[in-house]
Amino acid sequence: MITRRKFLKILGTSAIFGIGGKITLELIAPGQLEAQPLSKDKKTQWAIAIDMKKVDDDLLEKCIEACHRYHNVPNIPGPKGLKWIWKEDFEHAFPEQENIYVNEEIEKMHFPLLCNHCDNPPCCRVCPTRATFKREDGIVMMDWHRCIGCRFCMAACPYGSRSFNWGDPRRVMEDPELKRLNPDFPTNRRFPTRTKGVVEKCILCYERIDKGEVPICVETANKIKEGSFIFGNILNPESEIRKILRKRFALRRKPELGTGPNVFYLI
Amino acid sequence: MVETIFTGSRRYLYWILFLLAVITAGFLCYLKQFKEGLIITGMNRDVSWGFYIAQFTYLVGIAASAVMVVLPCYLHDYKAFARITVLGEFLAIAAVFMCLLFIFVDVGKPVRILNVLFYPTPHSILFWDMIVLNGYLLLNIIIGWCALSAERKGIPYPKWVKVLIYISIPWAFSIHTVTAFIYAGLPGRPYWLTAIMAARFLSSAFCSGPALLIILCLLVRKLTRFDPGKEQIRTLGGIVAYAMILNVFFFLLELFTAFYSQIPDHMRPVIFLFKGLEGHGRLVPWMWTSAIFAFIALLLLIIPHTRRNEETLLIACASVIIATWIDKGLGLVIGGFTPNPFGRITDYWPTKPEVMISIGVYALGFLVLTLLYKMAISVKEEIGA
Repeated sequence: MITRRKFLKILGTSAIFGIGGKITLELIAPGQLEAQPLSKDKKTQWAIAIDMKKVDDDLLEKCIEACHRYHNVPNIPGPKGLKWIWKEDFEHAFPEQENIYVNEEIEKMHFPLLCNHCDNPPCCRVCPTRATFKREDGIVMMDWHRCIGCRFCMAACPYGSRSFNWGDPRRVMEDPELKRLNPDFPTNRRFPTRTKGVVEKCILCYERIDKGEVPICVETANKIKEGSFIFGNILNPESEIRKILRKRFALRRKPELGTGPNVFYLI
Repeated sequence: MVETIFTGSRRYLYWILFLLAVITAGFLCYLKQFKEGLIITGMNRDVSWGFYIAQFTYLVGIAASAVMVVLPCYLHDYKAFARITVLGEFLAIAAVFMCLLFIFVDVGKPVRILNVLFYPTPHSILFWDMIVLNGYLLLNIIIGWCALSAERKGIPYPKWVKVLIYISIPWAFSIHTVTAFIYAGLPGRPYWLTAIMAARFLSSAFCSGPALLIILCLLVRKLTRFDPGKEQIRTLGGIVAYAMILNVFFFLLELFTAFYSQIPDHMRPVIFLFKGLEGHGRLVPWMWTSAIFAFIALLLLIIPHTRRNEETLLIACASVIIATWIDKGLGLVIGGFTPNPFGRITDYWPTKPEVMISIGVYALGFLVLTLLYKMAISVKEEIGA
């Protein structure tokens, strides 16, 4: 007969092994236990090359607006705001260059900044719940239903690409000041709004890529100026992006950190 | 033993009521945060961790109080410390409890906190921090409880407890190391990206934990019939002295590397903290206060006469706590985020509700500490120790 003591013993040990077993599996085969990513193709790493000779402030503004409207990113001014793509001057986009004597043309340029969908993303390394993870096609994804809002990823990202919902983003529908800036929020009813307390960032329009389309920023930019944003698979030597990188000199942000950023700026 | 916490002097009762009032005020502020989100704090997209995580980091250090009495007692057979091990362990319990609460109030989605258990992620340092902190809490609860109840009954504690005690020694080192790894492994945060971070955490822990323990021992002697002992306090003073010297030394090593190499990324956070950068200098008076108190502490701890005099030792310990609290509870986290990855500076300062929630967590920790110490001291008084 099983005594109460024996029963509790079995229960306790199986609980320990239950948790331990999961950890062991994770160490032997990381990520295998979880649902597989959508794409099975291991030969894909999506990347964007931005031709700085073809973009101007007006084009960038339109890209930013298109992205933020498509993904319901509210316009909240100040340091508690959210942004998936934004523009920055050379000095601050590439602070490690420490270049005092800059080419005048470059000094005036504004660079579009977004998540770099790194080859070796520090954000995914530090996330304690794998709410942010790298898909097999290279997209650094966010699971807004799993994120606990610890913001370790924000400390880890060396590009400032991540935003946190300090308050409920839907408050822009009620707050009179914010409502003026976001009159028709949510702007895309087919895409979710987020909740307070989770981190968000550019997800490279995975939902469009899965349908065979290109990210909305790429589409918007190329409609205005053909060939300004070149999107493609960086692992395919025949892709358009690889062709242009063979011809032109490109900068990446902080490649010395070993993150392997996949956004290229053609100078 | 638990029954001892329900009886006590009028002063004890008033102290408990005072703590409960502070906890209530903090809890009301937390309800506001729970409803509105972390928007009520001063944190922003550039300084995305603030006062909460800084307090957590500081209190991990306080938890070292236990190992600094347990290690000499069990590894060096320094029997005098057997009298106060339980005080060190109970302080560690309260400190780790506060650590966990500070993490809890810092997360944006507290209802999802168990996701850390549901999706264990060995490549995340936070996962390991959760394991070492909870493990250390559990170890100290079991060890403290078993040792105290054995002491009350006048019998030696069971043998398996001794095994746990030996485990708890390296475990204590692990909590500071793993907490340092949260910071020290991040690319693009030059103030934190330093191999000496874990060593700095250990040294500051081994001075601030025992320093608080000394103050508590002196308080216990004043308020109760139990005397933790002159020799015990003197030995603890020596430990604080060595650890504080190492702590300051390690910080000077950081300064050398940053300023002799002249690498701007490594110099800028330090300049921001001690001199101000581009007109942002809110932390400057704080950091210099920290430096002055560190100097006072060193002076009083190094001179044998002032270290052995309990009155000057008390001043030294208070100075250690002030200096290390400003260094870790303010400078470390804010300095690490400044300047941001673009070389810009965004100001951060905790808001009133943020400070109130923090005070509430501290009050809850002190309530736990008071109840545990009441229990320990009642037993000590009962057996006439």
